[in-house]
Amino acid sequence: MATAETSRLEGLRSRGAALGGFGPAAISVLLVAAAAALLVGSLRSSTFAQLTVQGLALGSVYGSLALALVLVYRASHIVNFAQGELAMATTYVAYQLIQWGLSYWEAFFATLGIAFVLGTVLEVGLIRPVLHRSAIAAVIVTVGLFILIDGVVTWIWGGDFKFMPSPFGTTIYHVGGVSIARLYFGILVVVLISVLLVWALFRFTKLGLGMRAAALRPAEAALVGIRVDRMLAIGWGLAAVLGAVAGLMAEPSQYVLEPTLMQPILVYAFAAAVLGGLESPAGAVVGGLALGVSLNLIVQYVPAITSELQLPFAFAVLLAVLLIKPSGLFGRRTVRRV
Amino acid sequence: MTALLELEDVEARYGPVHALHGVSLAVEEGSIVAVLGPNGAGKTTTLRAVSGTVRRSGRIAFAGRALERRGPAAVARLGVAHVPEGRGTFAELTVWENLRLGAYTRRGSLQPELERVFSYFPWLSDRRRQEAGTLSGGEQQMLALARAFVLRPRLLLLDEPSLGLAPVLVAELFRIVRELNEREGLTVLVVEQNAHLALQAASAGYVLEAGRVALTGTSEELRADDSVRRSYLGY
Repeated sequence: MATAETSRLEGLRSRGAALGGFGPAAISVLLVAAAAALLVGSLRSSTFAQLTVQGLALGSVYGSLALALVLVYRASHIVNFAQGELAMATTYVAYQLIQWGLSYWEAFFATLGIAFVLGTVLEVGLIRPVLHRSAIAAVIVTVGLFILIDGVVTWIWGGDFKFMPSPFGTTIYHVGGVSIARLYFGILVVVLISVLLVWALFRFTKLGLGMRAAALRPAEAALVGIRVDRMLAIGWGLAAVLGAVAGLMAEPSQYVLEPTLMQPILVYAFAAAVLGGLESPAGAVVGGLALGVSLNLIVQYVPAITSELQLPFAFAVLLAVLLIKPSGLFGRRTVRRV
Repeated sequence: MTALLELEDVEARYGPVHALHGVSLAVEEGSIVAVLGPNGAGKTTTLRAVSGTVRRSGRIAFAGRALERRGPAAVARLGVAHVPEGRGTFAELTVWENLRLGAYTRRGSLQPELERVFSYFPWLSDRRRQEAGTLSGGEQQMLALARAFVLRPRLLLLDEPSLGLAPVLVAELFRIVRELNEREGLTVLVVEQNAHLALQAASAGYVLEAGRVALTGTSEELRADDSVRRSYLGY
């Protein structure tokens, strides 16, 4: 009985995917085609190449914040509106550590540790007690946190511009007539390494398996002895670490540090996460890269869309995905058994 | 023989609804004990009270330790494996990952454990990379049992293993449970609608009605009881 029901659901799922017109195969073709187009464009025009690399670097920042959103969503099934502000706050922590005499990279790694602790403390102290009662209340808590963090940071450090040393220097590479700042390669490499490490943690370690199990099926996870609460707290900690990476890499791309650093990036990250499918870590990263590149190229090559329209454009992407394919490019078709 | 698991006057509730009104039962080490009863009698809740997945009060002792204040993860860590009703598998994860999760609380190499499990469920070995959700219902139930067994539990709580399975699979499942019991000394508390099968495998049984123990005895005594025969065995 249960079996028949399940296989019927499987059938419906695959048919649903076919009807949507974007199977996994179609999406891979789409991505390969996009990558080929970027490559061809870059070979033909040096401006295009510059914009592509820069777009990928910015996109990786969106992607890593989007991944933070996805981790929290998978663990607690809520959206953390304060994720960007948390990232901004940890960037200020790094700034302060550098002021106190640490080198950039010492401050970078110390900040990741602090971010992890902050993330877990937030989950345990503020989110969990509320989440037991209602998800919407927990979401409102994150909105409150957004305002709180913003206020506290401005109170401690003030609202004026701060400047941090550049982590990648000012070197500019010249490759076949194309000039690309080392900065963008640096951002891209740092973010991608962070994302890969998080992926490897989830994919290959026992802790990662326990975290996936706790997020997917908390009741069953507890029955095999997994301390689900602890796993969810660690999930929030990792999300804060990815956010901190996003913040630390957003700062050099903006050249200044101010309390609004992450606000537009949070919108891009939302769009990226929704584009990839809110439950899909790979989707969030690919969504971020895609958004970063397309925003950069569109502003240059579509005269009607000026840089002021970047944010609205991201919103339009968000809306379009929600209307046409709510599960996103990589989203699992979720069919919940009742 | 001493009781491995003892429940004394256990009550449980879902919100305002009382599901158990003072259930007392004992499971001896190395035995298979069946819990029978109509729908809504509190059979599943009894297992959930033991594993800590429902709010409960009263006294629950397992191997000399009180369980009533422990959560599900803590109970599992003491060596109680609960295979819940339906499929207790992680459908999104692979067979291998499911087995790995079964042994989550164990340290060291899993190889001997896995080999032992594969000796009971040989087909699982070829399917390790398959997503559990793509297995058939019967295979998932077997996987749930295998996963529970990798924990090397002292007590297995088995909830309606026959639900939705073809009769031939149900027989196979009970054969493996009995084998685990005889060869490995695994103690089993099983809830089952199919009283016939359950009493065949079990040495003793409890009949629950409306959240209370209505009747108890050895399997022979229960099989011989008129009311059990009429209500659950159908002859």
